[in-house]
Amino acid sequence: MSSSEPNSMTTGGGAALAVNKAPMWRLRKEIANYVALIPYIAFALFPFYIIAITSIKSKQEINNLGESPFWASGIAVENYTYLATHTGFFEHWMVNTLIVTTVSTIISVSVGTLAAYALARLKFRGVEFFGVAVFITYLVPQTLLFLPMINVINAIDEVIPIRDTYWSLILTYPTFLIPFVTWLLMGYFRTIPVEVEECAYLDGCSRLSALFRVVLPMAVPGIICAILFSYTLSWNEFLYSLVFIQDETAKTLSVGVFTELIRGDIYFWGSLMAACLLGTLPIVILYSFLMDYYTSGLTQGAIK
Amino acid sequence: MAEIKLQDLWKYYGDVPAVRGISLDIKHNEFVALVGPSGCGKTTTLRMIAGLEDITGGHIEIGGKIINEVPPKDRDIAMVFQNYALYPHMNVYKNMSFGLQIRKTPKAEIEERVLRAAEILNIGELLERRPKELSGGQRQRVAMGRAIVRNPVVFLFDEPLSNLDAKLRVQMRTEIKKIHQRVQTTVVYVTHDQIEAMTLADRIVVMNQGLIEQVGTPDEMYSHPKTHFVASFIGSPSMNFMPCQLTRTAGGLTVRLTDELSLPIPKELEARYGPYTDKDMIFGIRPEHITERRSHASGAQFDFNANVEVLEPMGIDTMVFISLNQTDICARAEPTAVSNVGESMGFTVNMDKMHLIDPSTDLVV
Repeated sequence: MSSSEPNSMTTGGGAALAVNKAPMWRLRKEIANYVALIPYIAFALFPFYIIAITSIKSKQEINNLGESPFWASGIAVENYTYLATHTGFFEHWMVNTLIVTTVSTIISVSVGTLAAYALARLKFRGVEFFGVAVFITYLVPQTLLFLPMINVINAIDEVIPIRDTYWSLILTYPTFLIPFVTWLLMGYFRTIPVEVEECAYLDGCSRLSALFRVVLPMAVPGIICAILFSYTLSWNEFLYSLVFIQDETAKTLSVGVFTELIRGDIYFWGSLMAACLLGTLPIVILYSFLMDYYTSGLTQGAIK
Repeated sequence: MAEIKLQDLWKYYGDVPAVRGISLDIKHNEFVALVGPSGCGKTTTLRMIAGLEDITGGHIEIGGKIINEVPPKDRDIAMVFQNYALYPHMNVYKNMSFGLQIRKTPKAEIEERVLRAAEILNIGELLERRPKELSGGQRQRVAMGRAIVRNPVVFLFDEPLSNLDAKLRVQMRTEIKKIHQRVQTTVVYVTHDQIEAMTLADRIVVMNQGLIEQVGTPDEMYSHPKTHFVASFIGSPSMNFMPCQLTRTAGGLTVRLTDELSLPIPKELEARYGPYTDKDMIFGIRPEHITERRSHASGAQFDFNANVEVLEPMGIDTMVFISLNQTDICARAEPTAVSNVGESMGFTVNMDKMHLIDPSTDLVV
């Protein structure tokens, strides 16, 4: 490389510099990279494609076994209008899910952030035990927890009526979201250089003002990540919602779709798929907005 | 006034002592360097002054007030960290003004002080940039600027230059000295680089294994080390040490290094070294006091010959390594006067500058 430099300096004299084409091997490597991605894309996006294509087929077309399941002959909106007119999809399920998801995410991320900071930074007796305990709590499966949870909900219901309302979900979702958020952010806080925080103390901050003015702004990518995951987790949550809520108007999307669009052994395939497609949209939108924050490294330049 | 007083200061991490009862007085506006090898307790001491580590025993006074229980935010101390610790989400201006904002300084005054500090440090055109857009040297300047604007009673430096490349380090060293001359404050500077300590400090504190070995001006530390450790730590290349025996001959007291080589001790030093006659001692001499053969201008000079084993040209001088009794000895000679490797060369040793160490106490006698 260095030996060729003097040559290129001397040959400049007036002649146009030749622009090097990318060498063949680099091109082949690039193609190979894309080829390697194909199976991943197929697995990840194929179900989504089937959902989308089925949701725009008419009932006749879906039931006609002669037609290709991978293709639609036209665009039918009957499944979507059915959702709007015959179910509580837009009016109740979507609204309920948005409320439950948003509120429980706010609760979980706020509590989890403070807990994670404490476990990552403060030195107190039993800090390691607490850290492990948080993780273990997260490992206990919901399928075991929902039975005692029913008792808890019933007990609370005697004082404040929360059974069969989305408040029972807002109260119970943080029980698995907070450990998750805490565990996630604990790791993130540990990557934030402690010197930056110490510098804030010497600059005159108390621990709390250092947390809000210095540490949290540096933890934004981690917090965004926590928001995305807990939003997705509670959006997709099924078991608690199924168990705690029977009232059709109080149901969330995941349970509403499952209980109202599948009757016995009859599947309303068209509207089922339409509901699935619409149900994933808010998450997709959220991700596309927050993804940039999530991937950008905010701690860059703090040290060295 | 901000003199610092450390009194019988202890720090334990669990059962491990990091600092073992040190006492030190630092005068107002003095530049003191804490120097020592890794794990000697110098950074721990600094962090205790800053309030970032709890004090296990003893106490620290700043300006006549005991500050053991004062939280770091109320100590009015600024610290420059080894890795700079800039706030990555703030631009340079905000980084520098953050401490003033927290202390609710009026906006106009903040601006004036930040601009003045930026001018001192030559970073005026960087004020809008984020830390990640700065080079290592620029980050270092911002870190110092952040400390300067606060106008604190005490400045702490924790190995501020160790992340810079060699050339920049020398440059910033001069810069720090200039800044201390312009901005008079009490400075405590931690470094493992004895050259930094020598060039910057009014007084040097050499620490080893949690204890202070010696406190003194750079010249005292260099010319009159009190312990074996200080003698070996200060100076680069470091002092030569050789086991020896003091013997009394007809000509007077001599240092017997090998069967063939005995060096006469100057008359003035005989009284001091006399009591150690016939004991096993360690002879210490700095490389610059073993030179190529020169005309004896003054002092107690002694000539000897040895085979050159390794040559290290440094430009202004050449380091010549010879071997005496399997001990490597480094001499410092004029580049034009050295022999080739493997050949014999004549040396002159300046015995006025010798040191004698008692191996049983490791003290310089």
